[in-house]
Amino acid sequence: MTDKPLSGFVTVPIGPQHPALKEPENFTLTLAGERIMHTGMRLGYNHRGIEKACEQRTFIQALYLIERICGICSHSHSTAFVNAVEEIAGLELPRRASYIRTLIAELERVHSHLLWLGVAGHEIGFDTLLMYTWRDREVVMDLLAKLTGNRVNYGINTPGGVRRDVSDEQKQEILKGTDVLEERTKYYIEIATTEPTIIGRLSQVGKLSHDDAVRLGAVGPTGRASAVDRDVRRDDPYLAYSDLQFKVITDDHCDVYGRAVVRVLELMECYSLIRQLVRNMPDGPIAVKAPRKVAPGEALSRYEAPRGEDVHYVRTNGSDKPDRVKVRAPTLANVQVVAHMLKDGYLADLPIVIAAIDPCFSCTDRMTAALVGHGPAGEGVMTWPQLRRHGIEFYRRQGIDFADLNKRLRSGGHH
Amino acid sequence: MPPLLHDLIYMLLFPGLLFLMFFAFAAEYIDRKLHARLQNRMGPPWFQPLADFIKLAAKQDLMPVRADYWMFRLTPIVALAATLTAFLYIPVWGRHGLMSFNGDLIVVLYLLTIPTFTFFLGGWYSRSVFSMIGAARALMQLFAYEIPLYLAVLAPALLAGSWSLADITAFYARNPLYAAFNVVGLGVALVALLGKLERVPFDIPEAETEIVAGAFTEYSGRLLAIFRLAISIEMVVGATLLAAVFLPFGLAGSDSFSSGAIGFGLYLVKVIGLVCVMTLMRSLLARLRLDQMINFCWKVAAPVAFLQVLLNLSVKFFLPA
Repeated sequence: MTDKPLSGFVTVPIGPQHPALKEPENFTLTLAGERIMHTGMRLGYNHRGIEKACEQRTFIQALYLIERICGICSHSHSTAFVNAVEEIAGLELPRRASYIRTLIAELERVHSHLLWLGVAGHEIGFDTLLMYTWRDREVVMDLLAKLTGNRVNYGINTPGGVRRDVSDEQKQEILKGTDVLEERTKYYIEIATTEPTIIGRLSQVGKLSHDDAVRLGAVGPTGRASAVDRDVRRDDPYLAYSDLQFKVITDDHCDVYGRAVVRVLELMECYSLIRQLVRNMPDGPIAVKAPRKVAPGEALSRYEAPRGEDVHYVRTNGSDKPDRVKVRAPTLANVQVVAHMLKDGYLADLPIVIAAIDPCFSCTDRMTAALVGHGPAGEGVMTWPQLRRHGIEFYRRQGIDFADLNKRLRSGGHH
Repeated sequence: MPPLLHDLIYMLLFPGLLFLMFFAFAAEYIDRKLHARLQNRMGPPWFQPLADFIKLAAKQDLMPVRADYWMFRLTPIVALAATLTAFLYIPVWGRHGLMSFNGDLIVVLYLLTIPTFTFFLGGWYSRSVFSMIGAARALMQLFAYEIPLYLAVLAPALLAGSWSLADITAFYARNPLYAAFNVVGLGVALVALLGKLERVPFDIPEAETEIVAGAFTEYSGRLLAIFRLAISIEMVVGATLLAAVFLPFGLAGSDSFSSGAIGFGLYLVKVIGLVCVMTLMRSLLARLRLDQMINFCWKVAAPVAFLQVLLNLSVKFFLPA
């Protein structure tokens, strides 16, 4: 994945600012007419330092920070993290709490997949689908807001359990909302599998063979659409999944169409899971008391996020703060296959091929390493003091002197 | 009324420039509102197209440093002028346009091709990568839809035995049932018109998610306002042409005001109906890829239009009017 342009072709920069990308990312395409000859990819526009920041926060504070890794699958990250912490601390999660966490997880999957369907429609110029799916997505967003108080970043997890119980009225509302969503999803399945322009734009686009999917490590619906039969919920059950009946949806179209089919059929599985969770939810406490400090240890937590397998590694040192947190978001695993899928494709297919992995660049970029030695010669790697000095001097050249500013603030002058 | 004054009023006030501008805004409003309602949205208020135009016209024009000054600035004006001129030949009040001669149908089709070329030239001389790709796509698309459009529009003219829009209208006024033979041609022409107007499913040259705004990427302010107005007017003029050729009913043969007004009212209904059909297509379909679009136009639309021509020739031969 170099971005060296080939001579004699047109080089088109897609990103970091481009209407097809909702987040900053760069794909440098080398085109021969409409055909893509080569794709260069550059990550790292969105570094947020979340992992390092977690080390300076208590487990509870870190939990809320981790939840903000992603705006769509926030519960995935927070659950993966809290599961790891509980495993190290040896906390037994009450069964009701594990059911509630799973319930929120499945509702989140519904909202994520409906969102994806709309985005996919938009990328192929079918905005009506976007408007319809996002309208119906409001049903699940409302349910999440009623259950947790928030539409995203639910804040329902806490070490040792969940923070809110689910009442019987809420259960009824969930069942009612699920019926509505199931009805609408059936309609979308019909549209996606019969509408000729949708099929024309999706099938045979972004091909990823089964072997390539395995070799390049595709996860989640991207892998499952290439017949990679993997799902952490079944293969390594966590929370309440071992009690639940569900099918792992796979498909052998190996293209964008297959990825769409996998996602809409997964929605149907979600509704069945939500019903099982609501009907079989055991009584009991929703949390156990968690210690502030966690004994030294380490844990790796796997979680099937809507976009694929999300992996969190947590190491503790006996204090009330984690020693190290490492997040591998599903998009990092899937972004590797994009360049492969784009090869010999058309420029027109680029948006939908990228969208088909359901990328979440903010999740991915948050911890991408610096590109060592990148850029013109002489512009190497800076040490921390050098970077600090560079920053101060840069702003001084712009007419802003922080040393001066600090002095003025300290003397009490508020201007 | 002296003929010069009459011509000036026709060109500048009614049904020329001023009327056409507001009719184009109205058509754009109907298109946007209906599109929004079909998508379960509220849609804009009635004055939104005009408000957009005023807002854009009041904004600063930005031009890329490397763009060609004259090409960049002249192409929007040429596009607008071409669409306005095309309108003058199409009968909307009575059976004559402002100017009428044998072959004006060809002139109208030719004038409606000019906007596409201005999109190409404007995009190409913007010298930005997205503009240039959009420009190349606009031109590629032109070669795909132009043949079916010409074949489809010329088929009714063959049946009427004239290249003059006035004569065609008069022919179908005498033999209204003959218009029924042209239904297939109307379908093909409508599809080709979608390509000309760069609307979904053929909005490939300005596909937002791929190439930002295609040829218009670098345009802003007044120039963009003129381009957008030209496209709105092109939509109305294109629909007017189809209405005149394929649905030539109700246009009055006499010079009386009332029959002219009735014909004109019918004309408005026809154009709005055609605009609604195009909106429906926009709401119901996804954007095609360029290769799919070209395949469709050459393998489906062109042969069907050709069949229409053959049908009309045999009708002319076996069932002469």
